[in-house]
Formats: sequence, structure tokens, C-alpha cells
Amino acid sequence: MATAAGSAQEAPRVEARGLGLRALLVAAAFLAVSVAVGLAVGPVHIPVGSILRSALSYVPFLHVHQPLDAVDRAVLWQLRAPRVALAALVGGMLAVAGASYQGVFRNPLADPYLLGVAGGAGLGATLAIVYASATAAGSNWTVPLAAFGGAIAAVIVTYVLGRSAGATSTTGALVLAGVTVATFTAAVQTFVQQRHTDVLQNVYSWLLGGFSTATWSDVAVCAPYIAVSSLVLVLHRRVLDVLSLGDDEAASLGVDVSRARLAIVVAATLGTAAAVAVSGLIAFVGIIVPHTIRLLVSTSYRAVVPLSLVVGAGFLVLADVLARTVLTPAELPIGVVTAFFGAPFFAVVLRTSRGGR
Amino acid sequence: MIETRDLWVRFGLVAAVRELSLSAESGGWTALIGPNGAGKTSALRALAGLVPYDGEVLFDGRDAQRLGRRALARLVAFVPQKPETPLALTVGEYVLLGRTPHIPYLGGESRSDRVAAARALRRLELEGFAERLLGSLSGGELQRAVLARALAQEAPVLLLDEPTTALDLGRQQLVLELVDALRRDGLTVVTTMHDLTLAGQYAERLVLLDGGAVVAEGTAVEVLSAPNVAAHYGANVRVVEDEAGVFVLPVRR
Repeated sequence: MATAAGSAQEAPRVEARGLGLRALLVAAAFLAVSVAVGLAVGPVHIPVGSILRSALSYVPFLHVHQPLDAVDRAVLWQLRAPRVALAALVGGMLAVAGASYQGVFRNPLADPYLLGVAGGAGLGATLAIVYASATAAGSNWTVPLAAFGGAIAAVIVTYVLGRSAGATSTTGALVLAGVTVATFTAAVQTFVQQRHTDVLQNVYSWLLGGFSTATWSDVAVCAPYIAVSSLVLVLHRRVLDVLSLGDDEAASLGVDVSRARLAIVVAATLGTAAAVAVSGLIAFVGIIVPHTIRLLVSTSYRAVVPLSLVVGAGFLVLADVLARTVLTPAELPIGVVTAFFGAPFFAVVLRTSRGGR
Repeated sequence: MIETRDLWVRFGLVAAVRELSLSAESGGWTALIGPNGAGKTSALRALAGLVPYDGEVLFDGRDAQRLGRRALARLVAFVPQKPETPLALTVGEYVLLGRTPHIPYLGGESRSDRVAAARALRRLELEGFAERLLGSLSGGELQRAVLARALAQEAPVLLLDEPTTALDLGRQQLVLELVDALRRDGLTVVTTMHDLTLAGQYAERLVLLDGGAVVAEGTAVEVLSAPNVAAHYGANVRVVEDEAGVFVLPVRR
């Protein structure tokens, strides 16, 4: 095994484009601007400078004067900040999960809901709204917990079903199993809804997703899952590149393909389920963000995975700003915003990048 | 050196490879030939550890099944018949993926990996191509990129499944000459091959499989006889032998 360490100084080397510093800086700047806009914009405008000084005033020993009065402070730190933080967490998670699913299943249309997360969460939430909230006027956590449990249960059923279907083409079998589970959960959910039309409104407003009731405890509840999941996925970025060569070649390069796939699917699912539990179903983020990065930066997962995390966070924060400002004082469901602005934007990206890289 | 002892590959009730015992010398080229469904690819995939098998596969006396995936991948590079070449990866990125068995599971490439990848590119005369996208390469260049990826693995054994399918005559020779050059560098080469004349030209040892079992093995002169080809391929051929080698020519029935 020649390593040629001695002559490495002069020896030519091959570099992967990887995660370019420039792309990372641009993505970070985009996230920073999104967060600033998210905190500043609303019925009460709070200048970015005041936000910064207000934040610094909480840092001990800095002696920065708090520039905001009690009301503005409450608006900023108890209403907007948790909302921005939650949107960033959910957006980053959905985008990074979408990128990972697309890699694992080698399917550009795979999204985080592919394996039944959405159907399971929807069914769980519906059952909770219909049966639990109706009777016990359940706590705030009944619906998210039921959604989380439903999502995880649905994906486990999908995985068991997919594995039992055939070892030869595991990804194809898994995707089919996901479709099966999603169809079944959708049927049950519709059936339950039809029997309880009085709660239809509640169910739909949950399903359409949003951050209008975001609190710091929502953030605290989902942050650990999202942090661990996205860390696992970011660490697997090179493995995802290897998996893009197909199962056989990945295996012949020494990767235990089914174990790697399981690790990635578990991480993506757990994070997505946590995100769905606190935000409902938000379409399109998991597809549009990774593909935009593929078109503008690189198709290598070394770039796509970490950049999806950062850009997805910024994207959903901006989408949430639109959701709460376009029709003030009413709110648009955020899923409508992501699709309404996302689709044309993506169309432009598709057109302009043609024949580019 | 690769050895198989009493190797069986089964898919359900069907045995694709039966009792295969062969040995391939280091620095040699062994070609597995045989009609469609003879078990060539299954045998090759067993050597690469990609299908479960009964019996033993030994690399320099070490049992492949006890080696573990990564250790095996440092000994054996495998190029499938239709390699997956993600068109938007650069040649450099693609060739670096060949270093995977030398890189920790969640790690990244070290300097020596980048040097090894550059070496593989140079060996296949692709120095200027590192930044090019796979999608921008011609068929012949792509084939070289695939070989470079396998070479970057720095495994002493190179397994190629039908390296010349879908190539025109000139490119078939080009690729086989390249593989032969790598063999002369010291690699042990095992390929499956459809074209009997080309197999006889390049491999010094031919193993003829039919129904999963070895029915003839030896040099081209020994294996490529008209009766052998008629019996196992059901083909009517004329075999011409001269100082340039053995030529198997189809004759209309």
C-alpha cells in the first residue's frame, strides 16, 4: 500500500470541489439576513440595530443598554424570536432530510415525507384532535406527540414491509412500501375526518402547517432531535456520494450499504418527525432547497447536505415572514407560501442553470 | 493470488455457480467465458464479496469471508458491467470515491488519498480531466475514468465484468490494452468476457463455464476449440490459429 507521504509536497493532488468556502459564506449570509428580516418585520417594526443591542444587553459584563421598551421586548423575544428559531430548525431539517432521502433512494423526487412520515403524522394528529382533544381538552402536547408517534410508527411499518418484500432491490421495495403506507393512512384519516366533520377545520389548519403558535418550549422540544439528526446526516455526506454509485459499487468500495442506508433513514425520519410534530406538513422545502444547491453549487453531497441545512433554515424563515405579513392581520398557511413562491423561483433556477455547469 | 475452493452461488433453488475451484496467479489475467447464464458474472461477484456463497474464496491464502467489507475492498476492486457514473460529479471527485476503503466511515480524504487519486488519473492519462464533469466525457474517456476509480482503490486484484460491452472495436482494444498495462504493473486481473477472440488475445488463462460449472480451462489454444464452442455456446464457428493467436469466427449454420 504505497502512501507516498514523503513526496506528497510536490506530488499532484486531486481535490473534490466539496463544500466551497464561498458557497458556505453566501449561505450563512443568506441565513443571517433571513433571521434579521424575521426578527425585524411585523406589525411592530423593530430596527435591526435595536435587535442587536437588545440581544447584547443580555450578555453579562458587556453593559449594553437595553434599547427596547417592555412591549417591544416581549414582541421580539417571546413572539418573534421563537418563531424564527422554530422556522429555521424546521426548514433546515426538512431540507437536509430531503437531500439525504434523495441520495439514499437515488431518486430526485424523494422528499422527507417519502416513507410515510406525512401520512403517519397526519393520521396521528387527526386521531388526537378527534378523540383526545375532544374528550379531555388535551394538553398542548397531545397533537404534536401523536403526530410524532404516528410518523415514526408509519416509517417503521414501511421499513418492515419494504425489507420483507425483497432483498434484491431494497430501495424500490421501500419506496413502494412507503406509498402503500401513505395511501392506507390517508384512507383512515379521511374516514375519521368524514365521521367527525366538526373538527375538519382544526385538522386542516394543523396539516397545512405553520409557526403562528411557536413558543420557546416548541423550540426546546424539537431542537435536540433536529440537532442530532442533522449532525448524523452532515457526517454522512461523503457516504451519500459513495451510495450515489449504486449498491454494488458502494459495497465493493467497502461500505455496508444496508447499515449506512438505515442510519441515514433513521436520522432523517427522526428529525422530520420532530419537525412535523411542531409545524405540521410543509411541502416543497425538502425538494426545492437541495435541488437549488445542486443547480447552483454542486451535486456532490459534500456540498448539498451542509448547504441544504443552512439554506433551508433561511428559506423557511423568509417564507414564514411572508406567511404572516402578506395578508396581515390574517396568516397564510406557510405551505402555501413555500409552494407559491418556491415553484416560480425553482422554475427560474431551472431555466437559468441550463447548460451552465 | 486468488483461489476459490468448491464455490457455490445459489439464488433460491437455482445454483448459478457450482463447485467452482480456480486459482488466478498474481500478475496474471484470467478470463471467465461461457454462454449467457453460465454463471460468469455470479462467480465474479462472489469474488468481490457482493453475493453470498458457500465454499471458500482466498486472497493470498486469507479467507475473504473473514476479512470484512473494508479489508476486502482494499484487496479487490470491482468494476460492474454498467458502472454508475453520476454525470454531474467531476472526474476528480469520482476517482476520489475509489479511496473509500482507505478512509474512515465518516471521515474525509487525507493528503495521501488525494495523491493516490492523482496518480490513478495520471496512469490513465486523465491528468487534465480532474475538474471536468463526468457528463462531459466521451465514451472512451469515461471508461478510463472508471478504470482510474478502480485503480485509485490500490487493490492488488482488479475484477472487471464485461469491460468491452457497448464499445466499438477500436475502443475495445484500447480498454483491453489499458487493462493489460495495469496487469503488467502487477495487478491480478479477472474479467468476464463475451468475445472469445479478444479473451484469447489478452487473457493467458481462460475458464469456460457452462451451467455454473467449469467445463474447460487452460490457454486459448486448449479451450477455444470448435467442438468446445459448439457444445457450450451452441454456435457454429471456425477456429483459426496462427502466430497472432486464436481466432473464433462465426459461420452461418
